[in-house]
Amino acid sequence: MNAFSCQSARSFKSVIWTAGLVLLAAIVLAVASLLPESSPLHASAFVVSLAGKYLAYAMLALSVDLVWGFAGILTLGHAAFFGLGGYAMGMYLMREIGARGAYGDANLPDFMVFLSWKSLPWYWCGTDHFAWAMMLVLVVPALLAGVFGWLAFRSRVSGVYLSIITQALTYALMLAFFQNGFGFGGNNGLTDFKDILGADLHAPATRAALLVATGIALAASLLAARFIVGSRFGNLLVAVRDSENRTRFLGYRPDQVKLLVWIFSAMLAAVGGALYVTQVGIINPGEFAPANSIESVIWVAVGGRGTLSGAVLGAILVNFGKTLFTAWLPEFWLYGLGLLFICTTLFLPNGIMGLWRPTRKNDPEDITPEVSAPEGEHP
Amino acid sequence: MRKLGLACLLAALCMGGGLGGASARADDFSGLASPQFDDVSASITALAANGSAQADAALQALETHHLFSGADGALFIRAGEVCQNARTGEATTCPEEGLKPVRVNNRIRKALAGVQAVRELSAQQPAERIKAAETFYARHDAAFLPALDRALSSEKIPAVREKLMQAHAATVLAQPPAEGAQAARLKAVGFLADVGGLEARGLLAGVAANVGEAPEVRHAAQSAVSRIDWHLRIWSVLQNAFYGLSYGSVLLLAATGLAITFGVMGVINMAHGEMMMIGAYVTWLVQQGIQMTVPALEPFALLIAIPAAFVVCGGLGVVIERCLIRFLYGRPLETLLATWGLSLVLQQVTRSLFGPTNIAVQTPAWLSGSLALGGLDITLNRLAILVFAGLVLGGLMLVLRRTPLGLQMRAVTQNRRMAALMGIRTPKVDALAFGLGAGLAGLAGVAVSQIDNVSPNLGQSYIIDSFMVVVFGGVGNLWGTLAAAMALGMGGKVLEPTIGAVSAKIAILVLVIAYIQRHPRGMFPVRGRGIES
Repeated sequence: MNAFSCQSARSFKSVIWTAGLVLLAAIVLAVASLLPESSPLHASAFVVSLAGKYLAYAMLALSVDLVWGFAGILTLGHAAFFGLGGYAMGMYLMREIGARGAYGDANLPDFMVFLSWKSLPWYWCGTDHFAWAMMLVLVVPALLAGVFGWLAFRSRVSGVYLSIITQALTYALMLAFFQNGFGFGGNNGLTDFKDILGADLHAPATRAALLVATGIALAASLLAARFIVGSRFGNLLVAVRDSENRTRFLGYRPDQVKLLVWIFSAMLAAVGGALYVTQVGIINPGEFAPANSIESVIWVAVGGRGTLSGAVLGAILVNFGKTLFTAWLPEFWLYGLGLLFICTTLFLPNGIMGLWRPTRKNDPEDITPEVSAPEGEHP
Repeated sequence: MRKLGLACLLAALCMGGGLGGASARADDFSGLASPQFDDVSASITALAANGSAQADAALQALETHHLFSGADGALFIRAGEVCQNARTGEATTCPEEGLKPVRVNNRIRKALAGVQAVRELSAQQPAERIKAAETFYARHDAAFLPALDRALSSEKIPAVREKLMQAHAATVLAQPPAEGAQAARLKAVGFLADVGGLEARGLLAGVAANVGEAPEVRHAAQSAVSRIDWHLRIWSVLQNAFYGLSYGSVLLLAATGLAITFGVMGVINMAHGEMMMIGAYVTWLVQQGIQMTVPALEPFALLIAIPAAFVVCGGLGVVIERCLIRFLYGRPLETLLATWGLSLVLQQVTRSLFGPTNIAVQTPAWLSGSLALGGLDITLNRLAILVFAGLVLGGLMLVLRRTPLGLQMRAVTQNRRMAALMGIRTPKVDALAFGLGAGLAGLAGVAVSQIDNVSPNLGQSYIIDSFMVVVFGGVGNLWGTLAAAMALGMGGKVLEPTIGAVSAKIAILVLVIAYIQRHPRGMFPVRGRGIES
């Protein structure tokens, strides 16, 4: 326990620093984007939406780190919650278009008119209200995570099995959303948004505000996550991660502990997805692709698993690399990403954050103890 | 008798064809010179009934576009510059002008084919007579009834008789109901009900829906239709079951290798799909190589590709284990990430070397085509994959049960530490197990290259399904893998016709997820005394 408290004391500081830096960067960029174009400090709309995208991805990474780094659940399907949050926001943005769509139907989104649907499906009801849509952003992924997690953790599905079924979950969702009859625009997804809460989505001021909002959301999530892992509950989480059976024998309920953090993490990812959609302007079933979920895991691994700030750092760095790579050497991006996976797991098991404090073997303060093989089991 | 039958034939065709104005010079040939297709068609029937040498010659000339009409209804068979009077067979000089070819359209072709079939009914070879009977069955044209009657009265061979009776029954039913024909029609209904098939169903449904029909005939037709429907449904279920088995065998091939590595090392190899992809590319390379060096061996290229793919992928697997996996022991989840990275690299390498588009892997002649088994249509390549999967599974069982390596692998699967204490070199077993798994993936790649597109993305489309099979079946038990592969393959194909392919896939995924919740270690978990992690 002593070792852990040292660790949490350390992560307190870095997380606060990270949250502050994220917020500062978002505000600076937002202000820069509002400067006149002639100014040398002007930030273009492209840069602003790119930064917003990175921060939204960072939220996804943070949510993955919470469950992987602290509860030992390697999720290969977190993009499912990210995507669901995005779709919930997308529904609201679709309804905001109103009669300005290509078909000019005040009530139905374009793709429904195109499919010659006569009325909105029931699950679209109320999505024209921002508050209701925001509730959907939080509640739908939380419900899915709750049901899925309750079943999985209660029957002690863990390790690789759990990873594989989380992947199956997001894959099934992807297939479902690809279908036109599902009512979410099929292949094309939801796009062509006009405005949010009456403000033009393409106006610099709106973009700046969204960037700042994302920065605030990320900083708040960081602090909330730090609060959770630093609390007594956080101790329990790490105990479950390191030896689920011992924790169970001590009288705790690992399934409930895991379920709580799992649901919270799903909601974080969903908020990230919702913010992502407002700034990227499109959500389609491709977001559910298993590859996306696995990529978000590597962001965490690069930054440093179980450090919170590492997740944010990793997400931003890897995505920045991706932007550069795909612009300059598009064929080599997959080589880069693949080698990143391999090299990180081989040479940087503690990620970039681990570089600051090289860990020795049997270091009691090792910030990322492995999901230890239980006694008598193969590794 | 013969004359009477032909006269009936003629009369029936005249009624059916709606022959308008017959020409003044009313011999059998005259219609051929008419510009009206109706007249031509009537004339064809008449000539067929005529049966003289001239009539046959004229029909043959019509078929081969050698028949010409001159002025005043004269008809000539022209071969190059030489002409022949079609009516008399005398050689004459071709008229300078006014010679027009007798035009042939689809209706005329059909009439000619009918004449041909009538002629074939009296052919020497039973096979030709069966063919003719099948033509009549498909056409069920009342005009041929007399010809059929005649053929039936003289036919001796049971198989041909059977076909003729079917054609007869179909033809009888195709006619509008008449007074006193009830008994014959009832018999025909009974006959067609036994024949089955979509054709018979269509005819019977027509009879059942016809209000002019006698009630008992309609009733019989109705029950015959439902009987045929039932049969068709059973056949379609069987057909789907075959598709399911076939898909299941592909899944089995893809998943066995995965199950081996997972069982022995507790590692999910995310690059497994890429090993399949490489196996498929090896198949293509072997085919290309053989084509260029020893074309005589080309039909056997696929057989040569099987060991080649196994060796290449197996070797690659050992290299991967030695260079990558062994540094990640004790960290199964990170191995998963590393192999995922590897899969990305392998995909991109293939894309750089062979291009991103599909490559054309050939199917040897002995694997093309299909086998009709009752109402089943079994394609040979899928059948071959089914057999191949069985052989691979059997071979793998032998390796696991009867070889020292198999013994060691099973020991390491069951208890790694104990196996190590007994002197088994677990790192060696790991490397070989990984190589074996990769080699099996290569074999799966050879099989898949015969039924699917081969592109750098090939592995991606199989990997999730293979994972499902492995977690569904349970680890360390090949029977579990077999059962899971077949269950998922069949389940998907059985659901497909009712809810659609994509929904079936989703349903299967959800079912497996739900099943794993109840049975976290799959259908056939390895039982042990240790606490599971």
